[in-house]
Amino acid sequence: MKSRKAVTVLVEIVKYVVLIAGALFTLLPFVWMVLSSLKSGGEIIMIPPTLFPKKVLFSNYVEAWTAAPFPRYFLNTVLVAGITTVGVLLTSILSAFAFARLDFPGKKIVFSLFMATLMIPGEMLLITNFVTITKLGWMDTYQAMIVPWLANVFYTYLLTQFFSSVPDALYLAAKVDKCSDLKFLFKIMVPMNKNAITTVAILSFIGSWNSFLWPLLVTNSKEMRVLSYGLVRFQSEAGAQYQLIMAASCILVLPIVVVYLILRKYILEGMAYTGVKG
Amino acid sequence: MKKKSFKGYIYLAPVLIIMLVFTAYPLVRAFIMSFYEDYNAVNGTYSGINIENYRALFASSDFRTALANTTIYVLFVVPLSVIISLLIANLLNSHIKFQGLFQTLYFLPYVTSVIAIGVVWRWILHSQYGLLNGILNFFGIESIGWLTDRRYSMASLIIFAVWKSLAFNIMIFLAALQGISPDLYSAARVDSTPRWRVFFRITVPAMGPIIAYAFIMGIINAFKVYNEVYALFNGAAGPNGYNSAITIVFYIYDQFYNNKKYGIAAAGSVVLFLLIMVFTMIQKLPAKIRARKEAAQK
Repeated sequence: MKSRKAVTVLVEIVKYVVLIAGALFTLLPFVWMVLSSLKSGGEIIMIPPTLFPKKVLFSNYVEAWTAAPFPRYFLNTVLVAGITTVGVLLTSILSAFAFARLDFPGKKIVFSLFMATLMIPGEMLLITNFVTITKLGWMDTYQAMIVPWLANVFYTYLLTQFFSSVPDALYLAAKVDKCSDLKFLFKIMVPMNKNAITTVAILSFIGSWNSFLWPLLVTNSKEMRVLSYGLVRFQSEAGAQYQLIMAASCILVLPIVVVYLILRKYILEGMAYTGVKG
Repeated sequence: MKKKSFKGYIYLAPVLIIMLVFTAYPLVRAFIMSFYEDYNAVNGTYSGINIENYRALFASSDFRTALANTTIYVLFVVPLSVIISLLIANLLNSHIKFQGLFQTLYFLPYVTSVIAIGVVWRWILHSQYGLLNGILNFFGIESIGWLTDRRYSMASLIIFAVWKSLAFNIMIFLAALQGISPDLYSAARVDSTPRWRVFFRITVPAMGPIIAYAFIMGIINAFKVYNEVYALFNGAAGPNGYNSAITIVFYIYDQFYNNKKYGIAAAGSVVLFLLIMVFTMIQKLPAKIRARKEAAQK
């Protein structure tokens, strides 16, 4: 009996050791990024590397922030992510309502085609979209970074699922009260599904914040760069000053980490849906 | 009750218009462009309609390297990530303290910028001042040129990719584990079935479909790796001009953006599309078979 208990305790210990080891591996880049961003230019190239900065230099952040137009990159990123999110929410809410509540000819076919597009790799569309943006004269503009992302099949699908679960009776009652569809949608449907809509908003904002390839493709000037592209360019510009590069990485990562820590309930809900989607 | 009208299309209009312009049209164009020889996407000229692009694609050593690298990536990253995630998800699902904290930490990589974290990994893997070589040196192992020696390019990419893919897999596995009926486990406890047996007899079979899903998604994502390579090698696909870590999407993008070989890039993207379609079909197959069986039983 006693040895059995010892085994149980041992199993418990191993469990925590594995979990903590895994958590350390997961956190490693984040921790190393922050630690490196606080070291001096001399300390950062010490062999072997020091774990904790001997002298904590918050000034690296100020230096990185001003060494490249990071304030501008930051503003661009916030603008693009913010406008894209508001826009995609609006279009997704409208289309989800159509799929969930309205009856129209060809609905089934349109919905199937819609879902089939989830299979298309976005990379396949790059060339033509790049040409389209050029022909529209949108190169190096905000709309080039925003408009192509104003329709999202997955978000529409997610909201359609939620809107479909709202009882028909509510809709019919609203109809009897001569409530217009649009009014019903925004006065009843949207408030009833605010959690799902918040989830979509956060997922969209994070996705847009982290986007890289498309903004790189459709912008030329420094003034139009977003943070992610600004960061890789800064990496070339800053040379061996890794403490500044790490500070710049922090500027890109930390806002999203904060959003995640505050709103993780919504994000995890959304992630669960991404998982079961297939 | 409800009457059919075209009103639905008014609500769908914004999404439909954007999707026609930025999804449907470029999809069709990609197929067409892939058959234009010497195509110039900017002014629309080409010298002939044939399969020259596909021939050039498969004759290209970079594209073959990309296919080989994708295979290596799938063989290492996908199983490693699935096994580690399965283990972690199981531990997270057992009665542990700080469960919420652990979950929060493990999911963090899912929301953070691949580019920013890639830049950090580039620093960790730095051949002279990097943390990883520092740790290796501490154990008396000589420094490795993770990002400077082309033999280690794929190893570096694999380390980063496993790190990155854990979050998503842990999340879907944990969700699936929480969906398994607790009755099964209590029954096993009554019979005092050993833990490992419970794992292989109850957990694994119940998790089968989600594990298959994780595998297929892992493979599909392997075809699309780009940002990881870009961040690790600072815009290139390997050290010193070698494309030792080139991937399919990296190749397509390189042909399109840097070499202006639009036709070859389009042919590459058609191949990418077909590959993804095949694996998506495979993933949907079990559900289809099940549906057919159920229909037959009725």
